[in-house]
Amino acid sequence: MAIITVDSLRKSFWVNQRRAGFAGAVRGLVSRTGHEVVAVDDISFEIAAGEMVGYIGPNGAGKSTTIKVLTGILVPSSGQVTVAGLVPWEQRRTLAGKIGAVFGQRTQLWWDLPLIESLTLLQHVYGVPSDRFNANLSYFREILELDGFLDTPVRQLSLGQRMRGDLVAALLHEPPILYLDEPTIGLDVVARARMREVLQEINRERGVTVLLTTHDMDDISQLCQRMLIIDHGKLLYDGSVEAIRERYGMERTLVVDLDGSEEIEGPLELPGMTDVQQDGPRHWLRFRRDQASAAEAITAVTSRHRIRDLTLEEPDIEGIVRRIYEGGDRL
Amino acid sequence: MRLYYEIARRSFDRFLTYRAATLAGTATNGFFGLMRTYLFIGFYGSQGTVSGWTEGDALAFVWLGQALLMPVFIFGWYDIALTIRSGDVVSDLSKPFDYYGFWLARDAGRALYHTLFRAIPTFLIGALLFRLSLSSDPAHWLGFLVSLVLAVWISFGLRFLANLAAFWLLDHRGAVYTLLFANGLFSGLLVPLNYWPDWAETVVRTLPFAGMVQIPVEIILGKSTGADLVVALLFQLGWAVGLMLAGRVVLALAVRKVVIQGG
Repeated sequence: MAIITVDSLRKSFWVNQRRAGFAGAVRGLVSRTGHEVVAVDDISFEIAAGEMVGYIGPNGAGKSTTIKVLTGILVPSSGQVTVAGLVPWEQRRTLAGKIGAVFGQRTQLWWDLPLIESLTLLQHVYGVPSDRFNANLSYFREILELDGFLDTPVRQLSLGQRMRGDLVAALLHEPPILYLDEPTIGLDVVARARMREVLQEINRERGVTVLLTTHDMDDISQLCQRMLIIDHGKLLYDGSVEAIRERYGMERTLVVDLDGSEEIEGPLELPGMTDVQQDGPRHWLRFRRDQASAAEAITAVTSRHRIRDLTLEEPDIEGIVRRIYEGGDRL
Repeated sequence: MRLYYEIARRSFDRFLTYRAATLAGTATNGFFGLMRTYLFIGFYGSQGTVSGWTEGDALAFVWLGQALLMPVFIFGWYDIALTIRSGDVVSDLSKPFDYYGFWLARDAGRALYHTLFRAIPTFLIGALLFRLSLSSDPAHWLGFLVSLVLAVWISFGLRFLANLAAFWLLDHRGAVYTLLFANGLFSGLLVPLNYWPDWAETVVRTLPFAGMVQIPVEIILGKSTGADLVVALLFQLGWAVGLMLAGRVVLALAVRKVVIQGG
């Protein structure tokens, strides 16, 4: 059952050309010059309850505009959206009780106070019954290992601790939906891995639907079954993380080191392969997965040249996504 | 209501963290209090009363003013404007509580802290060193307490409006600076309003700023009694409620702008 439906969503902004200074600002009130910017252009998708979906795109692609519409902070120019059965911008306050949000670069915690004070305040903000609240708090204390710093003022927490605090703050009122905006930004390798484990556990154990925006492709490939790619306001891809490899990741690269017994200038000439890069005896040979198996490709090389070593490079998600952003693999 | 109490309590606790700042601030208020005291002593010289106030009244006015500075918060206050600039305002606006109430509760916690830990110590410095003439009528002290609460509420209403200007203006400080200037001048903090030329006094006494320092001070000096006292409190209440309504209207406009035009 879909918990989020987005149908033909479009949002455009009128961007004013501001004039400088106070006099300019006053003139700007009377006559406006500017232009229309389409941030989200006819996007449709559905997210089922319990899914964990990656929402990715380069800066300015329209990701946060979409998230703002989904939380009810922005009214779309056209299109239908329902989140947990509600129209977000008409029932923003009601919806607030059903969603949790973590923005990696912001915090909703009280800076000067011990972490626990921000958390207990949320009980009153969302009107969570005491027994439910305490059960939730002790659950998160355990899985996020909060006990060491619950009484520490937020300003003294490390970034990793603060992010865990923000995650708990977003979840204490048991929202069925969680929006995460770059939840691992700035975290070290260990904290990042821990954060991912916890997100997986929350998704699995509590059935929370997660919509995750990030620039970290490892977040996506480790957490999400499905990803949406958006750029210039348009949805470019909606499907599983594996399928994107098959669809866009056709090209594999065979890296070979020649043994140096031959005199070769420039790229190698091989059937079905392109020598895309050379560095001394090392050559990067690109071939398509649907035209040759790895074994066939290796045979093609070794039958013509003497090689000392070779490795096979699979396309990584990051490389695929970069090519999509750059426009090389438009649908 | 429980929610707003919890918010106010946390706001109060926040300030408790900064003990050194409290001490330094009190010392500063005391120092300026002393300078202003000697200015008024020199000004009075051998004169008995000026515009209805004796020297004891004027010195009480100085130390009450120094004390009220912080609870009523005459200074620049940017807390809301900064959340508008950073975008955090969006998360506050999405919370299932009343946004005006949220900030009013925060300000109430702050004002209580500043009353207990800034106003009272500052006033005690003046009261120990000089003869201040205060009313001995408990009704005036009670009236003063009510008036103080209303003064904070008026001040909050003005600061709330000035901060909301950040939704429209690129520079969030302009509106706050303007308010800061008006606060100092029209509240009676620097020069009591009764010292002003009659026509100017009449005009300034209709503005909300008069309710921030001049009115509470007159009440505890015993200059405003009986029906006058009630009228003074109603004047403050009127402005506090009026500013709250204005704040809510402007907030609604700001939210409309944000949801259509983006942050």
